Amino acid sequence: MIDDIDRALIVATQGGLPLVPRPYHAVAGRLGIAPEEVMARLEKLLANGVIRRIGAVPNHYAIGWTANGMTVWDVPEESVDEVGAEVGALDFVTHCYRRPRALPEWPYNLFAMVHGSTHDEVRSKAGIIAGLLGARSRAHDILFSSRILKKSGLRI
Amino acid sequence: MPELDAIDRRLIDELQGGFPICAEPYAEVAGRLGIGEEELLARLGELLGQRVLTRFGPMYQIERIGGAFTLAALAVPEARYEEVAAQVNALPQVAHNYRREHQLNMWFVLATETPDGIGEAISRIERTTGLNVRNFPKEREYFVEMKLAVRT
Repeated sequence: MIDDIDRALIVATQGGLPLVPRPYHAVAGRLGIAPEEVMARLEKLLANGVIRRIGAVPNHYAIGWTANGMTVWDVPEESVDEVGAEVGALDFVTHCYRRPRALPEWPYNLFAMVHGSTHDEVRSKAGIIAGLLGARSRAHDILFSSRILKKSGLRI
Repeated sequence: MPELDAIDRRLIDELQGGFPICAEPYAEVAGRLGIGEEELLARLGELLGQRVLTRFGPMYQIERIGGAFTLAALAVPEARYEEVAAQVNALPQVAHNYRREHQLNMWFVLATETPDGIGEAISRIERTTGLNVRNFPKEREYFVEMKLAVRT
């Protein structure tokens, strides 16, 4: 678990790191602690997975990935973990999760995000997934994103 | 969308993960890219200002500190789409929100500091919009890798 200083550090950096030569010193100044402590705490948060990574989040549209399809699959319970691992291993899948169905309107329990430059490219990649799954998928759909309505990341 | 030059493309690919934790991390990355620290900072500021980058910094996994995430969806009548998007986006718990082409046409990620926060945020959205939220919490994660190389 995290303490109050970690929490303050998360609040101070969740919107981004300052664009100054010594960003961790700047954060330390705001929190009233030593820069070495900021760096040591960030190292620890990174090591225990509270921080997934430190870096830039690109707008996928702006860097050429203009087609984004959430592919969703209806996979029998007994196969879903095996199928999830196989689909997650494909190089064009950026996220792959098992989620609950919402019957009757939503029979899908495996979600795999597929990116490409065009809808056709995403459809052809979904076709590769369909081929891999074969009879293990009873139905599937692709939900193309047409607009980013918000992308701010988390705020605590 | 703004034109990206060769340095911008390398910078974006280089910065998608592994930003150093040291006194002068930008200088270190600039060295790897073969540019000056000032130029790196200027380009980074520009890319953020143009929204080519939406964020730069640590990516936190709220579940590891007792928080929760979920993916949720709404079937929004077209005539009310903008109004509902504004109502949903107004909640700080909404981290991302995308329009998708389906009967369920609004898909958003909720991130809250406590597991109870998810239910509260969903109730609040249902009260404000009068629409029924479908909740699709993650049951298992098979793969997550946000890095996509620049293609333009």
